Amino acid sequence: MSRIQVTCTINGDETEFLCDPDQSLLDALRDELLLTGAKEGCGTGDCGACSIIFDGKLNCSCLIFAPEAEGRTITTVEGLAIGSELHPLQQCFLEGAALQCGVCTPGFLIAAKALLDENPDPTETEVRYGLAGNLCRCTGYDKIVSSVLEAASQLRESA
Amino acid sequence: MMPRHGRKNHLVNYVAPTSVEEAVELLSSAADSRVLAGATDWIPQLRAGRPEPELLVDLKRIPRLLEIGRDGDGTWTIGAAAPAAAVVANEGLRAAFPGLTEASSLIGSDQIQNRASLGGNLCNASPAADTVPSMIVNEGRAVFTSSGGTRVVPVAEVVTGPGSTSLQPGEFLVELLFDSPPARTGDAYLRFIPRTEMDIAVVGAAARISVDENGVCTAATIALGAVAPTVVRVPAAEEALVGSPINDDTLASVESAASEACNPIDDKRGTIAFRRQVAGVLAKRAVLLAAQRAQQRDGGQA
Repeated sequence: MSRIQVTCTINGDETEFLCDPDQSLLDALRDELLLTGAKEGCGTGDCGACSIIFDGKLNCSCLIFAPEAEGRTITTVEGLAIGSELHPLQQCFLEGAALQCGVCTPGFLIAAKALLDENPDPTETEVRYGLAGNLCRCTGYDKIVSSVLEAASQLRESA
Repeated sequence: MMPRHGRKNHLVNYVAPTSVEEAVELLSSAADSRVLAGATDWIPQLRAGRPEPELLVDLKRIPRLLEIGRDGDGTWTIGAAAPAAAVVANEGLRAAFPGLTEASSLIGSDQIQNRASLGGNLCNASPAADTVPSMIVNEGRAVFTSSGGTRVVPVAEVVTGPGSTSLQPGEFLVELLFDSPPARTGDAYLRFIPRTEMDIAVVGAAARISVDENGVCTAATIALGAVAPTVVRVPAAEEALVGSPINDDTLASVESAASEACNPIDDKRGTIAFRRQVAGVLAKRAVLLAAQRAQQRDGGQA
């Protein structure tokens, strides 16, 4: 089996990697590029732990074949902070205690980023629907939802 | 690390053609190939051990397969690989087929909406597919192509059983076609699941209703999902409606005919008796909603 060379933009950087034709993009990010923020929870698109932003759209990276990334622009959780300065979503998750074990957190952060990119001023209901594709088995969702609403408010003020 | 996908015993390759012609050629060049659009159902099946084809043909780089639009004759085209999110976001489509838009919006999370296509929802042939009943009541047509040529078949004739279709080897779905609805016509789709998001239909009910200026039903199509191996039409309910006003009597006939038309299974999402009852209730409500929409479109074109 010959491996496929893929060139894409990940978190602002042009990136090349080799992958198997049927490898998932999640496995390529984690195993080829060592971007281990996105997690595999279910592998079937139910849990959202592998969420990335793929050409501007929220996607499960477990449901994308790695060669599909050719020419695409990808944001992973590693692309949210600027140096040591956390993204407001990350800071609000920390301050709002919106995580316990943390496995689902990268997916929630990315899903929240995608939501706020499209809708900077969501209602609580819109946040709950926007995060319906992400599962958390520790905290419950209230702290996550309120942290996203707080981050949205801070982002609007600084805009 | 041992990759999980390292179990296959043959070569697999991935290609992403940029035209329909190129895709046809690629598919006829490989004995064992498979097209993919969103692949939100198929990739989990592969990971669960379903045999892989030799050639993965990704259709999402073909512009025509991503297009949604209406031509001068009023025929709507939805490219086979256009994601559900694009269908839902199309305001013209929503105005013409609000029920089809609702069905599309019910598929999965935002993550899945951004990938899953109506074409895949049809060709994946799940009995619980949300958009298929809506496509059927709107008289959708499927355009298939292969090296043998192109054929257009009613959506209602595509799915032949759970996971099986009338597609021929080497053939793939290019687009779905819908004529603009006639005047005073509305559609609706309602679904029951045990929670508000992220589950598979226990029952889905689609209706398209036309009424005259006095509110008398002039045409009715009702299709139920998830209550039989394939989508079922409810001719007895359609006959009860046509020529009558939409009132408690006709709606009661719709309800009993829809319950009667089901051939459901017992599973963790619902018993046979529950599915029959819910099918009747949802069919009645879908007819009522479609009829209200038809009346609001008083003589106007969608």
